[in-house]
Amino acid sequence: MFDDTSRKTLVTVRGLKMYFPIRTGLLRRHTGDVKAVDDVSFDIYEGETLGLVGESGCGKSTCGRVVLRLYDPTEGTISIDGTDISTQGQGALRKMRPVMQMVFQDPQASLNPRMTVADIIGEPLVEHTKLKKAERLDRIYDLMDAVGLNRDFANRYPHEFSGGQRQRIGIARALALNPKFIVCDEPIAALDVSIQAQVVNLLEELQEEFGLTYLFISHDLSMVRHIADRVAVMYLGKIVELAPRDGLYTAPLHPYTEALLSAVPEPDPVAHDTANRTILQGDVPSPANPPKGCNFCTRCPRVMDICHHEDPAFREVQPGRFVACHLHNS
Amino acid sequence: MLDGAEPSVLDVKDLKTVFKTRRGEVHAVNNVSFHLKAGELLGVVGESGSGKSVTMMSLIGLLPSPPAMVKGGQVMFEGQDLLTATDEQLRAVRGARIGFVFQDPMTSLNPVFNVGFQVMEPLRKHMGLNKKAARKRAQELLELVGIPDAERRLDDYPHQFSGGMRQRVMIAIALACDPKVLIADEPTTALDVTIQAQILELMKDLRDKLGMAVIWITHDLGVIAGIADRVLVMYGGQIVEHAPVRELFANPKHPYTRALLETVPSVTGDRAERLRVIEGQPPMLTAQPNACPFRARCDKAFDRCQRENPARYSVGPIHDVACFWNPDTGGARDV
Repeated sequence: MFDDTSRKTLVTVRGLKMYFPIRTGLLRRHTGDVKAVDDVSFDIYEGETLGLVGESGCGKSTCGRVVLRLYDPTEGTISIDGTDISTQGQGALRKMRPVMQMVFQDPQASLNPRMTVADIIGEPLVEHTKLKKAERLDRIYDLMDAVGLNRDFANRYPHEFSGGQRQRIGIARALALNPKFIVCDEPIAALDVSIQAQVVNLLEELQEEFGLTYLFISHDLSMVRHIADRVAVMYLGKIVELAPRDGLYTAPLHPYTEALLSAVPEPDPVAHDTANRTILQGDVPSPANPPKGCNFCTRCPRVMDICHHEDPAFREVQPGRFVACHLHNS
Repeated sequence: MLDGAEPSVLDVKDLKTVFKTRRGEVHAVNNVSFHLKAGELLGVVGESGSGKSVTMMSLIGLLPSPPAMVKGGQVMFEGQDLLTATDEQLRAVRGARIGFVFQDPMTSLNPVFNVGFQVMEPLRKHMGLNKKAARKRAQELLELVGIPDAERRLDDYPHQFSGGMRQRVMIAIALACDPKVLIADEPTTALDVTIQAQILELMKDLRDKLGMAVIWITHDLGVIAGIADRVLVMYGGQIVEHAPVRELFANPKHPYTRALLETVPSVTGDRAERLRVIEGQPPMLTAQPNACPFRARCDKAFDRCQRENPARYSVGPIHDVACFWNPDTGGARDV
């Protein structure tokens, strides 16, 4: 399934850096950088879901946004469907937009409260297609059917819907232009447990129906295990491990992945009593002032001397499994 | 810890809270009864709007009235009914005998006072300590909750603490007067998993050390599985199931609990191709609660569920469920 030669790569990211400048003093001098995304490389194959997990502040959302060029990257290349979009001008970029779409975390904040559902879903069609009004309405109805919204609600406003239904509106809008690639930025984080499953199943059904490729950003490791084919784990701006789902969850290579997985509370009281948990001490360091050497060296339970002065390279240690850790640098 | 002989520290009977709105009354808490024993950790699990927070806020008069109105019930704590207590009596209980930890540690700490002042406040108000003694006790409390370099950090302000550390401060404040009961309302929801794991360990540790009873409100079944002794499952303003934690996870009886346990994916164990879904939306609670709140989403519902709201039927030594359907026979319950 993860045979590189047989699968087409849709998204290629190489050496991506996104630094936000820190300016201080009267002259707003550039005195440092918040290294939100710091030298990240990965591929996403056509039709797969790449899960991107990490704690808050690790740069996973920034990474998702910069991959769609919602920010201009500091360094690195992003190519989507064979086109390098990392340096394209806004005009050329606009032509690429129908291919790549995004579903946002907070359906309340990402839908305009003054637009009806039909207007919201139809806006990308107005912007990017030459459909006539009647054709557009047909397409809007089709999209509403696809995401499980009742057509009768087309003229209602977002506040009349529940959180799960609002997220369906956001998904319908993302689907409007038949995209190939969708970045889902914590699409279920704001939803209740029983509604999360509805939205995740919808995303999976749509993927099968339309052959979509997802970058699924989430802090919920159990949901990512459910939806993703491969998983990338981020810590402080860097991907520390990238592996096929089953390998990553059963035998994590990086000590951070291991700690993160063992911190997830399992819905099973018996497992809690027997579990041998690794509890990380301390907090994530500031991305404006990351530690010298490996970013994880301040919290790593298996830290070595070399970790304090040398940053481990991100390399393939087993077929399809990438890790950035000195433990695997033999 | 779970046997019935021990006296309860908190006894809630038939609590009813409504909110008056322009569209009529919202029945947020409907006939909720439960008890809490000394030293036990009671988990309360439910989705947003299930009434779990409102129940706890009603107990100690923290809801603004209007719009909220506690319409009936009894809350016995240390020989006193908190629902009929005067404001002054309640103030002596809140923060002293019953401590609270809220969900968001940023908004529950005051940004313009340093942390030391906020930890010392209950000590000085409730325990009458002078400034020096209060500061010493505050330092001990910060050490107790695992904040390094406690003496110096007393002079820091909330924004200088990380999310996890702020929640530790909140716990220190709640523990300041050695409460009998600690109510923790989604205390780890706003935190990352690795920090959540730290706080859960801390709470288990503190409970063993200090022997207080804890009510832990959460929507996360994983957290409940790891921390609770006994669990209340709430839905639509009511308790739908009550059981010791192992019994609940091994042998859930209410269709809602059963479905909920199946919708939650896990990081170990089997991976389902499709997640089990509970169709539909949680109820609005504006109607009179004279039918089962889960009926519209329940695949077991029959006519009686539309006409009558089930009482809590005992199905084991410490296990009861509010449902007319009997999972053991697959038919209607004989009640």
